[in-house]
Amino acid sequence: MWKFFHKLASPPHFYRLAATLIPWFAVPGLVFIGYGAYAGLFVVSPDYQQGDAFRIIYVHVPSAYLSMMAYVMMAVGGGIGLIWRLKLAHAVGAAAAPLGAAFTFLALVTGSIWGRPMWGTWWEWGDPRLTSELILLFLYFGYMALRSSIDDTAKADKASAVLALVGVVNVVIVHFSVEWWSSLHQGQTVFKKGTMDADMRIPLFAMLIGFTLLFGAMLARRIRTEVLFRERRTRWVREMILSPEGDK
Amino acid sequence: MDALLMGNYGPYVWSCFALTLIVIVFSEWRSRVRHSRVYRDIEVRIKALEERQ
Repeated sequence: MWKFFHKLASPPHFYRLAATLIPWFAVPGLVFIGYGAYAGLFVVSPDYQQGDAFRIIYVHVPSAYLSMMAYVMMAVGGGIGLIWRLKLAHAVGAAAAPLGAAFTFLALVTGSIWGRPMWGTWWEWGDPRLTSELILLFLYFGYMALRSSIDDTAKADKASAVLALVGVVNVVIVHFSVEWWSSLHQGQTVFKKGTMDADMRIPLFAMLIGFTLLFGAMLARRIRTEVLFRERRTRWVREMILSPEGDK
Repeated sequence: MDALLMGNYGPYVWSCFALTLIVIVFSEWRSRVRHSRVYRDIEVRIKALEERQ
């Protein structure tokens, strides 16, 4: 078991493994998204309260879930990097940040677009879910700004890992905000029984699986770049570049 | 046409799906561009070193 993790954490091994895994994540991911989007847009009946506007959940919910998952990955990567000094763990954090920021942006904007016809407003400052999600976006920006402001990669890794670990508290707040405080945002519905019809739920699960797989493929590609940049002066990168196969 | 209009909610729904597509495609494109740039920079440096030796 430990041997497996030890091998997985080796940059050259992970670099090659990620290249193999990308299509295995991307292709099924796109199939799930294709089905989920088609069924969510054209097959499922309109909601009896929200009408067709409810279809926004098919992109909003997966984006919101990935916005939190990417931050947790950054924090876990930072923690592993600080404790076990694994360079690959820091590379995972650095690669996850731009993707997390992109999905947080999507969650905020699609939520805002849904809020306009449903709540009558684009944004409500007093709402804890909206505000904590916006803070999450700022945390991503802060993380990326901190990394790019420090030239020494090792120092940037340590500083950003601490920020990721501290900021993970906000992910807990985002998740439980609808239960802890009074919120315009609806409570948990996806995994609660009796809150959603199966016809609506199945495409949503397909979108969640599809987005997760696609996120995995996108993250793997970004980690490869991060590993390549960090290992640019190593022997294995030199050998790979000089080999006829190159980056294959 | 009804499928596009979605009871006047069409602009809201379609803009969300279109934005999601744009953000994902842009993010993936940026990632590919960065990877090839990093790879090319390293390749140029290593090949220059090889020629010097």
